Amino acid sequence: MSVQIPPTERLRTDTIEINMGPHHPSTHGVFRMVLTLDGETVVDLEPRFGYLHRGIEKTAEERTYVQNVPFTDRLDYICGITNNWAYALALEKLAGIEVPERAEYIRVILGELTRVMNHMLAIGFLWNDLGATTFTPVVYAFRERERILDLIEMAAGSRMMPSYIRAGGVVADLPEEFMPRLQKLVPHLKRFIDEMDTMLTKNEIFRARAVGVGVLKAKDAINAGITGPVLRASGVKYDIRKADSYSIYDRFDFEVPVHTAGDVYARYLQRLAEARQSLRIIEQAMRDIPEGPVTSLPYKQLSRLKPPKGEAYGRIESPKGELGFYLVSDGSNKPYRFRIRSTSLLNLTLLREMCLGHKVADVVTILGSIDITLGDVDR
Amino acid sequence: MENIWTIENLWNAIGTVLRNWLAGFLPAWLVTLIMDLLVIVVLLAIGIVAVLVLSFMERKVAARAGDRYGPNRWGPYGLLQPFADAIKMLIKEDIIPHVADRFSFNLAPVIVTVGAVMTYAVLPFGRDMVAANLNIGILYFAAVGSLSIIGLLTAGWGSRNKYALISAFRAVAQLITYEVPVGLCIICVVMLAGSLSTQDIVLAQQERGWFFLLMPGIFILYFLAASAEMIRCPFDLLEADSEIIAGHFIEYSGMKFALFFLAEYIHLFAGSAMMVTLFFGGWLGPWLPSWLWFLIKTFVVIFVFMWIRNTFPRIRIDQVLKIGWKVMVPAGLVGLAITGFVDKLIADKLIAGVVLFICNIGLIIGVSYLMGRAQRRKEMAAEGAALR
Repeated sequence: MSVQIPPTERLRTDTIEINMGPHHPSTHGVFRMVLTLDGETVVDLEPRFGYLHRGIEKTAEERTYVQNVPFTDRLDYICGITNNWAYALALEKLAGIEVPERAEYIRVILGELTRVMNHMLAIGFLWNDLGATTFTPVVYAFRERERILDLIEMAAGSRMMPSYIRAGGVVADLPEEFMPRLQKLVPHLKRFIDEMDTMLTKNEIFRARAVGVGVLKAKDAINAGITGPVLRASGVKYDIRKADSYSIYDRFDFEVPVHTAGDVYARYLQRLAEARQSLRIIEQAMRDIPEGPVTSLPYKQLSRLKPPKGEAYGRIESPKGELGFYLVSDGSNKPYRFRIRSTSLLNLTLLREMCLGHKVADVVTILGSIDITLGDVDR
Repeated sequence: MENIWTIENLWNAIGTVLRNWLAGFLPAWLVTLIMDLLVIVVLLAIGIVAVLVLSFMERKVAARAGDRYGPNRWGPYGLLQPFADAIKMLIKEDIIPHVADRFSFNLAPVIVTVGAVMTYAVLPFGRDMVAANLNIGILYFAAVGSLSIIGLLTAGWGSRNKYALISAFRAVAQLITYEVPVGLCIICVVMLAGSLSTQDIVLAQQERGWFFLLMPGIFILYFLAASAEMIRCPFDLLEADSEIIAGHFIEYSGMKFALFFLAEYIHLFAGSAMMVTLFFGGWLGPWLPSWLWFLIKTFVVIFVFMWIRNTFPRIRIDQVLKIGWKVMVPAGLVGLAITGFVDKLIADKLIAGVVLFICNIGLIIGVSYLMGRAQRRKEMAAEGAALR
């Protein structure tokens, strides 16, 4: 027998609205979400961004082509190398510049190192969002990132803002001690990734928090233009390194890992698997790297570069997904239009759909599993 | 006259000497009053010193877990860091949001801290070293320990901050849920010991062996439920840093924040001490004085709590409640039934202990099998979900 409560005596409940961010420890920067909560359940979510808008696209129209390279570092500041690379690729297409063999290998090595670094950090921050409050996994990820940054510093002179890859090749040849250090680092990173795997993957609390949370359907992901590990974790085998092979990726033997669950856990597994494949590529590149010049376009020519009238779109598989630069030239030494197809922004588009019906705690986890950088979202 | 000045008896001896000296020139009622007040002051001092030590220990353990050094600037090995923290807390501006409910906002830290400190009264720090040897000691501990829920609720409501409010209703849901398994585990211990007094429970373990050996299943249950009660990871949802920032004390600053901090660590110390009392034989131990054994065991338990905090992620609120009501309460009831039947049906204490141990192992295996199966099913269902 159930007791019927008359409607007037029922507890009157209401939803509450919460501003998560821009000052929130788990929004990975100055990102803001307006959450409508029914108790702890998310009934509506509205992402608001633009707090880090620096007007890079417009500013770039007032700078020469080579002056724009440092701007690209500051997009996704975790992976400066791949940002440089995408811009250089677009410019090379626009001006028809050849790249020497050795420079391509250096690009691949540093680009894949960047991917490993990004994925380690993404996993670390995901754990932070899950509530490993004392930063333990992040600190270990940072420790290994430091070793990779040391190598990038050796090559480029700067850790986070390398501006190392320019149209026509790379800025300077690798120093002598680079290769021995890299040869030591790669097995070390392999061990570290295995260690992460054993420490984190089987954790029951992690599984309980991550499995089935924030499921992204393959169909929706394709429609929204989501790319990178987030797309592949949803079961779509799409990797620009294979689909629209650029640079020298057709020479390496590597696989594109895919997971089919599309949840936070699958995205985590996807990143681990991709980091392993990246190390495989680095090993092959280390073995095959030839001697020779590293740039076909000395700085003096590059700074006076005036591409012919036209337009070009260069895209690469950055650690977070497809990163593209669309350049329009009017024949002068400055781009007429400088458009960035930023990965993080497009990957964020389905955040609301992924979060609806989940709890507040899941919102930060899902955001962490998408792996955004606010510099890339707002530009 | 036997020599009272042994290390074992140090603190009691000081008390006796002081009492005799006071009795020389003061009336008896005043001596009692002064001595009682002195005990209270000593307990408060123990509480604050414990917090200083624990905050330093927490930072060092967290640092070492994360391959860092931790505080090492002030004093040898950074040992004076807690004093720097305390001074910072004291001289910070005390902010009251103008929309806050001032009365409950100011009252909340007091309730939380008082509730925490009061638990010290029944902790058996050593042989004959308990401030109030109540014959309902455990009951008192459970009751006073949950006073802080009211404080947390008041803080969450009084701050008029939505994060604090979420934290407040998490507090109520979680702490009430976990009162039940904690209570069930305590009843199991009380049945074996035959007393509610903390001293008698310790003495019973001298006779029957430490209870965590007799009842490992109940111990694990108590450990989890107690960490939920103490708001320790992985049940630290009330102050979930990555979700609701700091929860109920988000709006507090200065000394009021320090009081919350104090209460948290006093709870940690008291909870670990009570765990030692209930399951690890309290102050029992060879060679060393009893109070030293008690402290050593307590700090080992505290270290385990800190270790867990630095290793595991947090559980979600619905999972916390689900585990609480669907797993821990039934498991606690089964454990209670096992303990009751075995203890009453088997007269021989040794055989009873062995049977109890075997039943508890069975309980652990059964519960973890059922929980694991549910999780594996969920994972099987999740596979390929993106393509469907």
